[in-house]
Amino acid sequence: MSSREHILSAVRRAAAPDVPRPSAFSGWQRFEEPLAHFARMLGEVGGTLVRVISEDALRDSVASLEVVAKAKKVASLVPEAHPGTVRLAGVEDPHQLASVEVAVLRGAFGVAENGAVWVPGAALGARRALLFVCQHLVLVVDPADVVPTLHEAYARLRFEGPNFGCFVAGPSKTADIEQALVIGAHGARSATVFLVG
Amino acid sequence: MTPHAKRAAAYVANTARMHWHDKALWHVREKRDRAAATVPEWEALRTQAAALKAHTLSRLGEYLEAFEANARKLGAEVHWAVDAEEHNRVVLGILKERGLSRLVKSKSMLTEECHLNGFLEKHGVDVIDSDLGERIVQLARETPSHIVLPAIHKKKEEIGELFFQHLKTDKGASDPKYLTEAARGHLRERFLAADAGLTGVNFAIAETGGIVVCTNEGNADLGASLPRVHIASLGVEKLIPKAEDLPVFLRLLARSATGQPVTSYTSHFHGPRPGGELHLVIVDNGRSALLASATHRRALSCIRCGACMNTCPVFRRSGGHSYGATVPGPIGSVLSPSADAKRYAGLPFASSLCGSCTDVCPVKIDLHHQLLVWRQELGEAGLTPLSKRLAARLGSFVLQRPWLYRLVGWLGRAALRRLPRALLYLPLNAWGRQRELPPAPARSFRARFKKALR
Repeated sequence: MSSREHILSAVRRAAAPDVPRPSAFSGWQRFEEPLAHFARMLGEVGGTLVRVISEDALRDSVASLEVVAKAKKVASLVPEAHPGTVRLAGVEDPHQLASVEVAVLRGAFGVAENGAVWVPGAALGARRALLFVCQHLVLVVDPADVVPTLHEAYARLRFEGPNFGCFVAGPSKTADIEQALVIGAHGARSATVFLVG
Repeated sequence: MTPHAKRAAAYVANTARMHWHDKALWHVREKRDRAAATVPEWEALRTQAAALKAHTLSRLGEYLEAFEANARKLGAEVHWAVDAEEHNRVVLGILKERGLSRLVKSKSMLTEECHLNGFLEKHGVDVIDSDLGERIVQLARETPSHIVLPAIHKKKEEIGELFFQHLKTDKGASDPKYLTEAARGHLRERFLAADAGLTGVNFAIAETGGIVVCTNEGNADLGASLPRVHIASLGVEKLIPKAEDLPVFLRLLARSATGQPVTSYTSHFHGPRPGGELHLVIVDNGRSALLASATHRRALSCIRCGACMNTCPVFRRSGGHSYGATVPGPIGSVLSPSADAKRYAGLPFASSLCGSCTDVCPVKIDLHHQLLVWRQELGEAGLTPLSKRLAARLGSFVLQRPWLYRLVGWLGRAALRRLPRALLYLPLNAWGRQRELPPAPARSFRARFKKALR
């Protein structure tokens, strides 16, 4: 008997009599001002929120971010926010991205309850490491796309075919040394979310 | 004394350190309370999570097959391992077949349980743990003392000394920010040099064939995105039916673990990245045996948040290593005896049965009840010390005979009043080792009750 058969028959033998699936979860919290809550929670998870009124303002505001102004290597998939100084087209080996200082990416939506932004991997493809290897992360989100909780977030997501996606809540962090919070463990040292419009 | 009690005695001998450890974990517990209080539907979420897990476990075979089929459709390779040894051989096989020898790992309690690192190192694979806490214990040649906070037992000065030896940091430096920065530089080199990455799995979605991995550091994500080959090891209990079930668990997990609203990174991997490989290793290693136990199968619902450890008065004071098991604390004391009843027979006694673990468990595992049941089961199997069994039998004999109970009560009160201290606190009196015996009441409860009735 293969290990597969062995395990499957063992769990079938062992399982309890059928327990029905509970009905769908309902009745979760609402926020009077989801955007304000998103801003507060993003701050709590160590990120920064910047609100701009137009694409022009977005470009100026991104360019004036200290980490962007100082950076030589900016990889951008949001041309209206930053033209980028690193060519991403044609990069098949993610190791080529190791020296990227700032990554500018589009977030599909934000989640008010926890400050997370869903970053779909479709535009990144083989280069998804960019999201984690960059020193600083800039995410651009439409304020109309801030949902209250993870329940609404998953109602928006479809997982069809091979894909990658990640909820990013602020910068990388750790508290593994005496519970002292340190920002910038392995991933981005800062995360700035721009809401445009 | 049980092995746990012996190791705990050694740990608490350093009173200052015990209080330091206790305080650090209680701080995490308080953060958990504050986070839970921000979600009005917290209790309903716990109930839903428990119900979803109970449902999934009752149809685990079906969900495992669906997960396998859907993961394959996405281009992942699925491997099955009956036990730890097979898991390790599968992982080594994947590496050897491709000529890979530099593996960067993120946190996976399953690979700790399988003792993967030692096995791979013996076969010439360079294994680096990339979670900061795990890297610390790896450098110290120790094991994690907590499933979420692997190095919670170490002081920053000790970590500074370790990093001075291994990472060439300044002698005497102990600032967490400085040490973390040093680890970041050191590990980034390893991430870039690795030719394979291994991660654990928080949730495996049957309906989509995808896996979800949660980290704060971004280490799992780097390990799964830089090298071409990604291996993910998961126990059979990681299955959930649908992606729409994820919010229920994700809203509970980080809040229960550290009081954060969510981890920094919650990565959803559906198939390998373009040009890469994804290997999923599904492991039983005793889980189907646990599933067969009507009492203990609920323990398989555990989502490894560590809340039961942070709240446990025994864990907080005795430290994770005192348990001598891969998973310590209340959940570890429930899981471990099922893997090796003889070796871990002492663990269900490493509890005051206060029930705090049950109160904080996000998937409502009845932990303290399970610990009590284990005590009975281990007693019946003759795996508890003779002294415990004899005492229980004596107690049972007395409690079944009211006249004897009265007599023993009278004798006890008389003894408490008259016997000299030296006799009362003989080594035989385990209770009196750290505690004072209560003063003898003037009259028994029975006598007072009778009088009150009159």
